[in-house]
Amino acid sequence: MASSIRVRATSNGDTTEVQALIQHPMDSGFVKDAKGEIIPPHFIQVLTFEYDGKPVFVADWGGGVSKDPYVKFAFKGGKKGDDLKISWVDNKGATDTTTAKIQ
Amino acid sequence: MNITTSEFSGTRRLLLKGAGVAALIGLGVIPFDVPQALAAANDKYPEEAFKQKNLADAIKALYGKTAEPSDKVKMDAPEIAENGAVVPISATTTLSDVTSISFLVSENPISLIASYKIPAGTLPSVANRIKMAKTSNVTVIVEAGGKLYSAQKEIKVTVGGCGG
Repeated sequence: MASSIRVRATSNGDTTEVQALIQHPMDSGFVKDAKGEIIPPHFIQVLTFEYDGKPVFVADWGGGVSKDPYVKFAFKGGKKGDDLKISWVDNKGATDTTTAKIQ
Repeated sequence: MNITTSEFSGTRRLLLKGAGVAALIGLGVIPFDVPQALAAANDKYPEEAFKQKNLADAIKALYGKTAEPSDKVKMDAPEIAENGAVVPISATTTLSDVTSISFLVSENPISLIASYKIPAGTLPSVANRIKMAKTSNVTVIVEAGGKLYSAQKEIKVTVGGCGG
């Protein structure tokens, strides 16, 4: 299966800008389906970005984050060609991990 | 007769419960200040904060303190969101020693949307997309140097994003 995580990390020499797009329903547990039944909550809780073995950004999410979530941030350092590791875990315990090369 | 019995056993249960709690207090097991305990355990997912329905309770559960408005916290968000399911919001600050940035929506069923930990070396600036049930105040909290600073803005929603 293709990864649920799409990342673009670009370095300008001083800082690395990271944009991530993740495929996930992010069901809040407050929405009803066509039959009027509540769609149970299913959302990513923690999304972690690691560079050089250390977290550079950690997102704690609730069901209020949009479906197929997007996030953007930047950190100092990060060299072209280095790896950025991204992983998430959702409220059902599912996880996904990917590694992106800084461009 | 039956009623008396059940009443009796109900009282007995209460008494037993009371005894149990007293025993736990004696052992120092009960965490009296849960919000602060959560704020201290910075690495853990703030489960309780994500259960709070209103803004003040969510901030308290997440940080254990209150925020003061600051013009150093900048929020970039639309005046009107045509689709409440996807509202692009970003926040940035000129404050130093920022350790976290959080997004909250007052009128959503759950107020807290997202809380981002900002380790040293990461810029205090985040963009994300959130859901809004209806027109509401959106609050950004910046934790900097152990204090909380906030910015608030009303965003009008024409179509709700929470099945509304």
